Amino acid sequence: MTGWRSTWSIYTRELMRFLRTAFQSVLAPVLTTALYFIVFGAAIGGRMPDLGGVEYGAFIIPGLLMLTLLGETTSNSSFGIYMPRFTGTIYELLSAPVGVAETLIGFVGAAMTKSLILAAIILLTARLFVDYSIAHPFLAVIYIMLVAAAFSLFGFILGIWADNFEKLGIIPMLFLTPLTFLGGTFYSIDMLPKPWDTIALFNPIVYLVSGLRWTFYGSSDVDIGISFGITLGFLALCVAVIAFIFKTGWRLRA
Amino acid sequence: MLEPILEIAGLSKVYPGSLKALDDIDLTIRPGEIFALLGPNGAGKTTLIGAVCGLVRPSSGRISAFGYDLARDWRKARARIGLVPQELATDMFEPVERAVAHSRGLFGLAPDPARIEEILRSLSLWDKRGERIMALSGGMKRRVLIAKALAHEPDLLFLDEPTAGVDVELRKGMWAIIETMRARGVTIILTTHYIEEAEEMADRVGIIRKGKIIMVDDKDAMMARLGRTEAHITLAQPLTELPPALAAYPVELEAGGTSLCYRGGDGTGKGKGEVAAITKALIGAGIDYTGIDVRESSLEDIFVSLLGEDA
Repeated sequence: MTGWRSTWSIYTRELMRFLRTAFQSVLAPVLTTALYFIVFGAAIGGRMPDLGGVEYGAFIIPGLLMLTLLGETTSNSSFGIYMPRFTGTIYELLSAPVGVAETLIGFVGAAMTKSLILAAIILLTARLFVDYSIAHPFLAVIYIMLVAAAFSLFGFILGIWADNFEKLGIIPMLFLTPLTFLGGTFYSIDMLPKPWDTIALFNPIVYLVSGLRWTFYGSSDVDIGISFGITLGFLALCVAVIAFIFKTGWRLRA
Repeated sequence: MLEPILEIAGLSKVYPGSLKALDDIDLTIRPGEIFALLGPNGAGKTTLIGAVCGLVRPSSGRISAFGYDLARDWRKARARIGLVPQELATDMFEPVERAVAHSRGLFGLAPDPARIEEILRSLSLWDKRGERIMALSGGMKRRVLIAKALAHEPDLLFLDEPTAGVDVELRKGMWAIIETMRARGVTIILTTHYIEEAEEMADRVGIIRKGKIIMVDDKDAMMARLGRTEAHITLAQPLTELPPALAAYPVELEAGGTSLCYRGGDGTGKGKGEVAAITKALIGAGIDYTGIDVRESSLEDIFVSLLGEDA
């Protein structure tokens, strides 16, 4: 079995691509996170009551982490597959003896690795502004990895679906970011008036933010089992869509 | 007779809402040969290559390489096939050596710096190994693509227009590289617009037009069968009729009897011999001449005439 070498080759090349723009890749989330903490943590957070026994500055950490995680993971993965399609270099991947599993593990694994690095950077940055502790660190890592995997796959689908740069950016910009902002990043769903607290439950990002918040502080808006279930369900859906794409060659093979 | 390295049977490709890009193609490639696929733009050359290399999904037909069915044992087959695409498609930010090493890894082979060095040296790229591909000239970029295609040591190599947009000197350098690859035992299938290129290098030639292969033959056999010699002998004095000594030759008078035109031969040199015999016959008959212009038809003439007949 030589497939793991192909996977390793894709994985390392994708990480190299990340390292080429490391300054921008690392600095941008650090700066953004710092700004959020200055505005919401220090300026506004000081006037906010504790939420569920958690100081407001600490309360927003899982949401901010999810905000960056979803955006970066999706864009890393979508660019990873879109650029070879755009430049024509995908010919090499398509003509190689590489199957769906090796390809996905290579691309998605690299996107996940980048996201985990970013998550660690964000948590370290947050530490500069707020004192916090993680109630279930092992589950937190597992959950971050699951979300990163699901949205890497989602980004992969996006990168195959998009046939121009506008389409590549439209889903993260018009759907993902607004839904994350409205998904309880900066507030608890309980704080919303009726019927918005019920309507908010139709936003799938609510379950992701809530799930991560539970791993941090042991309490959340939604049951942790539901959050894990929805994340795993989304992951399975993305795997099924990608399996279909590779089986039919949609937008990959002429 | 060696087993074919590539067998294509009844291969068709129909793009949605368009004509058949490939129409019932049958083709057999022998190991160790250089096969030139000639055809005008849009004839189906790149689609045919894409179908073998996994870039195009055939609508029907069967392809087998090294005895493996590409639909079933595609991993085993693709591991031994290399492709140099027509477009200069590569990650321009990547250094040369890393790009070539990546290609080797992608095909599932263990890293082998010595082998990569050998490939880069053979393509005169070793000195550029640390440079980003974007900093290289067009000819060097094309050589990088060849190096990437050779990195997994393929037995069958597709070169899609390898010298497109390359100047004459570099083109000849590319021919030398292709000869070296053949000497190593690599079977090469190349598409080209430069008929001269096929004439220079190919063992066999296939002509494709509107998705159909209209002829496949050994280059020399094709030249012998379809090649012609044309000679124009300018006479010192005009003739009103052909002398009896020339009755056995395919000659005719032109330009008011001032020129004798010969069209014959078979591309093997027979024509030149007959022209020499004609000049001797003219002297023997006391007919003087002031000039001789002899021209052998090229593969290009044959190519143009075949496409013309099929139109």
